[in-house]
Amino acid sequence: MTTRLAAGMREQMIKHAYACHPEESCGLLAGPSDGDVQLVFPTTNILRSSTNYTIDPREHLSAIREADAAEMEIIGVFHSHPHTVGYPSVTDVSLAPDPTWVYLVVGMENYESPSVRGFRIRDGEITEEVLEFEESIT
Amino acid sequence: MTTINLPTIMRQHTGGAKKITASGRTVGEVFSAVGHDYPKLGEQLTSPEGGLPVFVNVFLDDEDIRYLDGLDTPVDERSDITILPAVAGG
Repeated sequence: MTTRLAAGMREQMIKHAYACHPEESCGLLAGPSDGDVQLVFPTTNILRSSTNYTIDPREHLSAIREADAAEMEIIGVFHSHPHTVGYPSVTDVSLAPDPTWVYLVVGMENYESPSVRGFRIRDGEITEEVLEFEESIT
Repeated sequence: MTTINLPTIMRQHTGGAKKITASGRTVGEVFSAVGHDYPKLGEQLTSPEGGLPVFVNVFLDDEDIRYLDGLDTPVDERSDITILPAVAGG
């Protein structure tokens, strides 16, 4: 499958990853329920950890309300791996909350040149998603 | 009737409905009523010990009920409950 995002969203997620480094960054993605990512919500990692994240539930609630107002849904999550590759960890797979979501990982094994990769996680199976970053997706 | 807003993952148990309503004097009573109407959903709203499941967050209007009285938190007909999956990883 392919997920399309606006070009600026890649930079937005990487900027958040740098701002949180060496802790993991995290955030939510919103869009039409069967469509492309149209909103990115950087959030607080309440664990303040370099190896785990949990999104602040209050910020999750705010993101849902903002997405609702725009007639969108939360359709995915992004987080960073501050020192390793952008691929879902065992913990990511075991805690994946929704099989319909897209899971983006900012890999910072190369600090100067982070990668952003996308995945679907269903029944413990990881499938890489094609990400297309475009100038305009509306 | 109290309104309950559901995350996408739980809507499979309500025929796709994003919002449902149920009656009760507390969050726990509302969840019991939800479990009567939607048994599979009810199973996800309480732990086997009868408390809140670890990976579910419940807001009453703008407040996380873990910081109120949990499932004993009182509600009224104008209350709005939002259920969120905990979003976490490593």
